[in-house]
Amino acid sequence: MKIFVCLKQVPDTETKIKIAADQRSIDTAGIKWVINPYDEFAVEEAVKMKEANPGAQVFAITVGPKARVADSLRTALAMGADEGILINSAENIDTFSTAKALAAAITQEGGAQIIFTGKVAIDDNSSAVSQMLAEFLKIPHVTVVSKFSKTADSQFTVERDVEGGSKEVIQINGPCVIAANKGLNMPRYASLPGIMKAKKKVLKELEASSLGVLATDQKVVLNSYTLPADKAPVKMLSGDASSQVTQLVQSLRDEAKVL
Amino acid sequence: MSTILVFVEHQKNQIKRSSVELLQAAQKSGLKTCAVLFGTGVENLANSAAQNGAQEVHTFKSADFDQYNPEMFLAAMSDLLEKIKPSIVLSSASSLGKDLFPRLAARFQSGVASDCTELKIENGKVTAKKPLYSGKCFAETSFENSPIQFVLMRANQLPVSAANPSATTSAIDHTINKPDLKTIIQNVVKGASEKLDLTEANVIVSGGRGLKEAGNFKLLNDLADVLGATVGASRAVVDAGWVSHGMQVGQTGKTVAPTLYIAVGLSGAIQHLAGMSGSKVIVAINNDPQAPIFQKATYGIVGDLFEVVPKLTEEFKKVLNK
Ligand SMILES: Cc1cc2nc3c(=O)[nH]c(=O)nc-3n(C[C@H](O)[C@H](O)[C@H](O)COP(=O)(O)OP(=O)(O)OC[C@H]3O[C@@H](n4cnc5c(N)ncnc54)[C@H](O)[C@@H]3O)c2cc1C
Repeated sequence: MKIFVCLKQVPDTETKIKIAADQRSIDTAGIKWVINPYDEFAVEEAVKMKEANPGAQVFAITVGPKARVADSLRTALAMGADEGILINSAENIDTFSTAKALAAAITQEGGAQIIFTGKVAIDDNSSAVSQMLAEFLKIPHVTVVSKFSKTADSQFTVERDVEGGSKEVIQINGPCVIAANKGLNMPRYASLPGIMKAKKKVLKELEASSLGVLATDQKVVLNSYTLPADKAPVKMLSGDASSQVTQLVQSLRDEAKVL
Repeated sequence: MSTILVFVEHQKNQIKRSSVELLQAAQKSGLKTCAVLFGTGVENLANSAAQNGAQEVHTFKSADFDQYNPEMFLAAMSDLLEKIKPSIVLSSASSLGKDLFPRLAARFQSGVASDCTELKIENGKVTAKKPLYSGKCFAETSFENSPIQFVLMRANQLPVSAANPSATTSAIDHTINKPDLKTIIQNVVKGASEKLDLTEANVIVSGGRGLKEAGNFKLLNDLADVLGATVGASRAVVDAGWVSHGMQVGQTGKTVAPTLYIAVGLSGAIQHLAGMSGSKVIVAINNDPQAPIFQKATYGIVGDLFEVVPKLTEEFKKVLNK
């Protein structure tokens, strides 16, 4: 069984973001990079599945500038993935190009029985690559999955979280794409032996351009980066609790006009 | 003239506010505005769609579309796009919207701009504003090499004005050949809440570890009831098991943008702020004057939430005549 897990490297949640001089990207100097938190759930689920299915293999795959993103694959290998596939690309390629590159690489590697991804990358918050990848591979998908089990050979039952705390219980036939939500599992830490072993694992490099990704596959462009506008200072309400509360409600009604 | 298609979502026989926002924005674009609705009885919403700007209303009113199934909706939307050939498709960035449209975009060799907060349509070209890195910066997004421009908007971002009460239209219904399904929705477990989802709510009352224990969320529920608000939470209390993950606001929870966000007994960690800093007015109630949430707040009360919140509930009751 071939299990693929797609992951993206993103700035750590605490990182301060500075805009680059071109105003079309961020200044990457000094940024601490991590695996997108939702992709960690995907890696964990892939490794768990491999452990439950002897002979199965996990391929961790990512798209991005190779000098920086290799680290994220090493981490996935240390968590238990067997092989890494790095698709070298420019910074900031869009979701369409990314999905197209992933689909081509997975096909070239012989195809997947199942592909795990995170439901969203916290940098551009697009929630798009998993579904686009499924489309390019012509296989079904479920996103925002917080429960996953194998019910038969190539058949899975999953729970998808939707609005209002509701959950859809879905039966899906493989091969398929499963996009992980929080709650799916508890990602393991890479252990020291895991990290040592990871150094010896295969990390294959491919080029997005040789996978058939064209300049015209960039469909969405990002321009004119700006920082959030400076916020007016907070108005602290004074006095005892009763008077604070009266002032607050009055301000909400008469000043902010939100009641 | 080129066409703009709005994917209209509805609940309890009403078009959702988030979709009304999109219909009205589409109408202002000057393009031919079409709407599409799915599910039993949606023909009854055709006039409401027209009153908010739709010139043409398409429906898939078969009961097969009462529950979202990605393959069914994908087949239906693909057919419709082939028929009406829109140059722009708008949807809200709802669970359904985010699941369906990226895949549909890929099928039409097009891109999708997700999670946008501002929308400009000039001469048929979209420019949308989009937060990046959890709102730490913003970018303008636009399309190239994209036959259709797919845009997913966050709720509560666009203005809504009064509908035109005299507009009417009759729906054009469509059916599809049911594809051979590989995904089957076996069951839907309804969430406890009857309220609007956090992502659509206009008012949110959120609680954190300062509430001390799960039972004390009742204080927030009472406040929320008076305001017609939805209750949210910090990750600390979700991880503690006090409330469900569906209620978590933040980087690994929901991104929300209500008009009013009341943060109670939560510190305002950067990952929490990531999910709510787009709120228009933020009220912070915390007994620690140094809590970071005050730096993001519009109004702040330093005080004990157990004293402040019940008083606040009473005051709102009085002022709102409830
Ligand atoms: C990768 C990652 C992702 C994360 N994602 C999220 C996320 O999506 N959402 C999220 O919320 N967090 C997230 N976190 C966690 C975040 O860093 C904080 O730990 C969390 O938000 C803290 O929750 P809290 O504010 O409820 O608790 P605390 O930080 O403990 O704050 C409790 C607050 O209550 C106040 N308080 C106590 N008693 C009272 C009282 N009687 N009256 C008034 N005030 C009182 C205290 O002064 C304090 O400010 C994430 C962390 C990481 C590392």
